[in-house]
Amino acid sequence: MPADPTPRPVLAVADLVVEIGGRAVVDGVSLEVKPGEVVALVGESGSGKSLTALSVIGLLPKAARAAGGRALLDGEDLLAKSEAELRAMRGRRLAMIFQEPIASLNPLVSVGDQVAESLIVHGEASPAEARRRAVEMLRRVGIPEPERRARQLPIELSGGMCQRVMIASALVSGPRLLIADEPTTALDVTIQAQILRLMKELRRERDTAVLVITHDMGVVADIADRVSVMYAGRIVETAPVFDLFERPSHPYTRLLLSTIPRLDGTRKADLRTVEGTVPDLAHWPAGCRFRTRCPIADAGCAAVPAMVAVGPEHTSACRRLDRLEEIG
Amino acid sequence: MSEPLLKVEGLRVHFPVRGGLLGGEIAVVKAVDGFDLEIGVGETVALVGESGCGKSTAGNAILGLTRASAGKIFFEGVDLLGLPPAERARRRREMQVIFQDPVSALNPKLSIATSIGEPLAIAGIASAERRARVGDLLDIVGLGAAQGGRHPNELSGGQRQRVVIARALATSPKLIVCDEPVSALDVSIRSQILNLLMRLQREFGFSYLFISHDLSVVRHIADRVAVMYLGTIVEDGPAERVFADPRHPYTQALIAAIPLPDPRAQRSRPDVPLDGELPSPLDPPKGCPFVTRCRLAEDRCRVRRPELTATGAGTRVACFLRAPSRGTVP
Repeated sequence: MPADPTPRPVLAVADLVVEIGGRAVVDGVSLEVKPGEVVALVGESGSGKSLTALSVIGLLPKAARAAGGRALLDGEDLLAKSEAELRAMRGRRLAMIFQEPIASLNPLVSVGDQVAESLIVHGEASPAEARRRAVEMLRRVGIPEPERRARQLPIELSGGMCQRVMIASALVSGPRLLIADEPTTALDVTIQAQILRLMKELRRERDTAVLVITHDMGVVADIADRVSVMYAGRIVETAPVFDLFERPSHPYTRLLLSTIPRLDGTRKADLRTVEGTVPDLAHWPAGCRFRTRCPIADAGCAAVPAMVAVGPEHTSACRRLDRLEEIG
Repeated sequence: MSEPLLKVEGLRVHFPVRGGLLGGEIAVVKAVDGFDLEIGVGETVALVGESGCGKSTAGNAILGLTRASAGKIFFEGVDLLGLPPAERARRRREMQVIFQDPVSALNPKLSIATSIGEPLAIAGIASAERRARVGDLLDIVGLGAAQGGRHPNELSGGQRQRVVIARALATSPKLIVCDEPVSALDVSIRSQILNLLMRLQREFGFSYLFISHDLSVVRHIADRVAVMYLGTIVEDGPAERVFADPRHPYTQALIAAIPLPDPRAQRSRPDVPLDGELPSPLDPPKGCPFVTRCRLAEDRCRVRRPELTATGAGTRVACFLRAPSRGTVP
């Protein structure tokens, strides 16, 4: 169910630039997430999708810095906040879940206390009340016997349960924005299905805005309302989810979708490929960064392509839209 | 059917858990617990299941990287476990392995030509012949003989996986165990490597044991598929049949859980929720291993373990009840 298009976005990122050693690894990224909307940011390793998310929540690695643009949360620029201000907002107004739940949980603190922590730190509840709400949240995310589990340490829980604990602690304060960076990549498919179902329920019930970072087109097809595709530091296409899959309008998106083996595809047939490899930062070509692998690129693609509208809410950074059909 | 290349019967891999004051055996993890598998010449058999189901342990036991506790592993009709160690090692040279992570599989200090030539050196091939063979192998996997002097850190993930594949091919194996061979690769690179694996098999006629949790890849590449749960096979058969009409409740839930890369199809599929957790292999359920999570379970499932039984559609299912057909995927 796409969100109502009129409300002001919870998150509005505009022209974001993230630099590492003076090089723009995220190069002018813009995207919006509205209340109750799930936006997927799709890309391969090195595309800059995780750095985009980390700069929004103020957790960029030391070597990287946000060098330009804005990231507005309900109108307030997160990039202009001090570390202390961001810490006060994290958990309460925006929260993030990561791929590796084990690495993000404190191994020495019971999972119940970890979920209760953000309520206590932000003075939202007394310790007793916070613990009660933590157990309730653990039940909500599908942890069986939450009273008993709340007293256990992360190591006593399976990976799927730890992921649910992390989701519980991200959601217990009812944040406006949830950023999920490959939230199910490390999980088995049956656990992934549980987590995706849970995320869909929560955004429906609480109107949470969700930005999900993933490389998995199946996950995108399952939960996203809108999708932005990143390649080599830039967004190359943004579209409502059905349009993206039915009318992919950038050569990279088109090829990416056609390389995936499908459950209804012809078995044993050669799969479509994208030639070459994802270029590393030092070898990003000038102009369109996909042009070295693009079957329809020509000399004109050496100029940076503008984002052009190809449909309602659907934009593509390709100047050879006329030849898109040749890709098939 | 002619004699299978590999035939595994009643394989068990049990790990003792030691503890207590005297460090004695206090429990046994039954990682693989009664496992039968056949792979024909030139055939690709996939082993699927979730983490902890024992699929990698079974693969390692076949390769001799993990000790089998019981069972028989016939390779071209000869039980490897009954052979003297030197003879067993010689036979096992005809099996090779490709692991998930091409970074840790290659020695960063060696040129890729040296890495690829290593199994040939061990087999006592003279250096001139070795050099020629390594050049051929580099060409075969699409890297080119001229690349031999490069080191792993100069290569992308996909190129490294090509090196690992070239090394696996060096001794002209009859069986290659692929353990999650594309899981660590970028999406745009996966199809290149899958195409390469399929092409090499067509050219050289070897067999694959393809271990993967990615069922879309498995459906594409495998001739037959075996679904593992808690150390045993719960369903097997031709890949096409198993995917089109899975009959074990676990296989049904597993296939239904893969999100289809098509939003309309994905959002109109019926939910087949699989709740609960994989039981600990330290304390597996009595009776059917899946009984604690099965929506169909009856009393007898809690008492007796169902055997793999033919369904009449060319597949075999270890289930007393055989879930009703859910029709064709998706």
